[in-house]
Amino acid sequence: MWAEGESEGLHTLGIVVVVCSSLKLLHYLGLIDLSDDKIEDELEMTMVCHRPEGLEQLEAQTNFTKRELQVLYRGFKNECPSGVVNEETFKQIYAQFFPHGDASMYAHYLFHAFDTTQTGSVKFEDFVTALSILLRGTVHEKLRWTFNLYDINKDGYINKEEMMDIVKAIYDMMGKYTYPVLKEDTPRQHVDIFFQKMDKNKDGIVTLDEFLESCQEDDNIMRSLQLFQNVM
Amino acid sequence: MAAGVAAWLPFARAAAIGWMPVANCPMPLAPADKNKRQDELIVLNVSGRRFQTWRTTLERYPDTLLGSTEKEFFFNEDTKEYFFDRDPEVFRCVLNFYRTGKLHYPRYECISAYDDELAFYGILPEIIGDCCYEEYKDRKRENAERLMDDNDSENNQESMPSLSFRQTMWRAFENPHTSTLALVFYYVTGFFIAVSVITNVVETVPCGTAPGSKELPCGERYSVAFFCLDTACVMIFTVEYLLRLFAAPSRYRFIRSVMSIIDVVAIMPYYIGLVMTNNEDVSGAFVTLRVFRVFRIFKFSRHSQGLRILGYTLKSCASELGFLLFSLTMAIIIFATVMFYAEKGSSASKFTSIPASFWYTIVTMTTLGYGDMVPKTIAGKIFGSICSLSGVLVIALPVPVIVSNFSRIYHQNQRADKRRAQKKARLARIRVAKTGSSNAYLHSKRNGLLNEALELMGTPEEEHMGKTTSLIESQHHHLLHCLEKTTNHEFIDEQMFEQNCMESSMQNYPSTRSPSLSSHPGLTTTCCSRRSKKTTHLPNSNLPATRLRSMQELSTIHIQGSEQPSLTTSRSSLNLKADDGLRPNCKTSQITTAIISIPTPPALTPEGESRPPPASPGPNTNIPSIASNVVKVSAL
Repeated sequence: MWAEGESEGLHTLGIVVVVCSSLKLLHYLGLIDLSDDKIEDELEMTMVCHRPEGLEQLEAQTNFTKRELQVLYRGFKNECPSGVVNEETFKQIYAQFFPHGDASMYAHYLFHAFDTTQTGSVKFEDFVTALSILLRGTVHEKLRWTFNLYDINKDGYINKEEMMDIVKAIYDMMGKYTYPVLKEDTPRQHVDIFFQKMDKNKDGIVTLDEFLESCQEDDNIMRSLQLFQNVM
Repeated sequence: MAAGVAAWLPFARAAAIGWMPVANCPMPLAPADKNKRQDELIVLNVSGRRFQTWRTTLERYPDTLLGSTEKEFFFNEDTKEYFFDRDPEVFRCVLNFYRTGKLHYPRYECISAYDDELAFYGILPEIIGDCCYEEYKDRKRENAERLMDDNDSENNQESMPSLSFRQTMWRAFENPHTSTLALVFYYVTGFFIAVSVITNVVETVPCGTAPGSKELPCGERYSVAFFCLDTACVMIFTVEYLLRLFAAPSRYRFIRSVMSIIDVVAIMPYYIGLVMTNNEDVSGAFVTLRVFRVFRIFKFSRHSQGLRILGYTLKSCASELGFLLFSLTMAIIIFATVMFYAEKGSSASKFTSIPASFWYTIVTMTTLGYGDMVPKTIAGKIFGSICSLSGVLVIALPVPVIVSNFSRIYHQNQRADKRRAQKKARLARIRVAKTGSSNAYLHSKRNGLLNEALELMGTPEEEHMGKTTSLIESQHHHLLHCLEKTTNHEFIDEQMFEQNCMESSMQNYPSTRSPSLSSHPGLTTTCCSRRSKKTTHLPNSNLPATRLRSMQELSTIHIQGSEQPSLTTSRSSLNLKADDGLRPNCKTSQITTAIISIPTPPALTPEGESRPPPASPGPNTNIPSIASNVVKVSAL
């Protein structure tokens, strides 16, 4: 029926049709994705919102007055309108106070110290509780909080590696341009001095009691803990 | 540190407790918070709209008006609020800046109004947030261009006196409307370009046959005539090119510019043709060169702004044109391949190869459809129809972009032209406003004198002749009056001034021409020659210094009344000498008392032209300004 040449042309047509329909079938089956509407998926994650408990409850739980809580909440909500801080935002905020160096590691440890329930986000209650301890708490409470900060894996003991990480993070915040110039082993020396002071039984780890005892012996530390009494 | 996170500073400081056990040295003392006030709400009343915010919010940016003590100047004790008599709409944006740390630029706001408000509140526009920064910069650039246009045209009006011959020539070339010679040159070159293009075209038309030979093109039949025409045109073009080269401020840049390249390309073939002999080998190349003569038509772009805009548009749409070309090429290759294989089998098919199919694809996609190549197989026809449908789409896509670009540039040019055309009207309006205010002063002065005269004469009625002036106006007039008294000159209007000029020139008194005291020596001679110019200059006091000093103890004062007929009196207890006519300094012989005259009084422009410092008179004499009416005053 068809002339010989015609059949070649029809072959071409047939091949094209088959290829297109197979692509469509694969897309329909979900094996390949021909469409590019991935953008909408990412929007849903950030819409988490949280409201804190009432003002009276917070006032009862912390050592702040109502007014102070109001001021704190206003600042908190300004930076984090959704009511929770995630680690990224926390790091960004903290980094703005230390423009010279890299504050991300220390902010990371801080975040985990604030986030007592390890949920990955800090709510206003957590924030205010921690601040209450730091600014209005007893010496004992402050030291306990600091111990908690240093104990990265929360096992109740501080070992040299954890301390090394913390001290390194603190030195990172200084940045590169310091006087005298920062040497490689300065953090290590610092940690050694710390352990000499804190580790009573020289077993290589510092427990909470050792920590509390050593700090209370040191006048400098005692005095400096009272430094931020009037911050609010 | 961004002010937005200032609220988190207590947290950062509290977190510093984490460093304490690690530290080896004692910590510095914390700064004492002396003025620890409870945070309070403050009310900002901006033109009646009340905004309220915390004090600490405003104090985030201490180097702005609201953040510093500068706002205390605006504090209203009675209502205990800060009152600003400014635009509340823009204030909304300003206050949001304090609250969020980001400054936004609203699109509906005029750029200069916005800039003014920002300057008032002490905020630098550079901190506008990224979201609005592009828009702000665009609007600001447009505004700056508009101002620059205005300034340029203004500067062009005042001809810079010291243009060299070369510079005048260049200006004449670039802007034909500057002088008639430039205009003539412009039209002559345009005419010759047209002549040249037409001769090129007519050369190839077949003219009637010479008897016994085949039909010849006109160029060969009347070769001498055409050669002469060509020579003449090339002469003109060469001269023009050399003149432009001579006048160009930067010859190197001129040589590299597009227009000069076109000029060179247009005249080169002729010279090359002169140089080359009628060698058979090169004549083929020579014929090709003649094609370049058609480039002369591009010389018209100097004469037509539309052509220039078109060229500029094409240049600015280069990326869109490139995209169009690229997508067309892709489509052509695809369809040519498909058509070739579809038509491969059919007998006597014109689609001999893929490149041969290119021609078919191009003709089909641009919907030309010559019909010299047609598919014969069914598959070929199917693909051919798909090809023509997609051709329409592919071409239609980038074209609106180019069109809109052209339209935008064209309208910008239109706007610039319109602005220039309206500029005269605008300047006239400004001038009228200025003279209006100055005339108001003169008018009120006359009325003032009239009032005083009437008071003197004791006519109680008609005390306030003429228009009653507002308080502001009267204060302004008082100010101008003080200035008159300070400089001992008076304001008069233009006609008065010109009259005086004419009279002083008629007098031809030598000393009137000599500049004496003033610091502007050249002004007297120029006062009348410059009469045509609107900006008038103040002539100096014409009396020689010696004469003036000798008159210092004189007691007679001449004061000019500005309008002769209406003024029947003058200031306190004066005798009006009606129409003294002659220049007072002619009368020096007959008057023993002082005639301290300054022949041509200052003309008025409200900006206050520079005035010569008056000769320091004695305390009881005033040096008046005088025109035709001279009033003698006894100065005691």
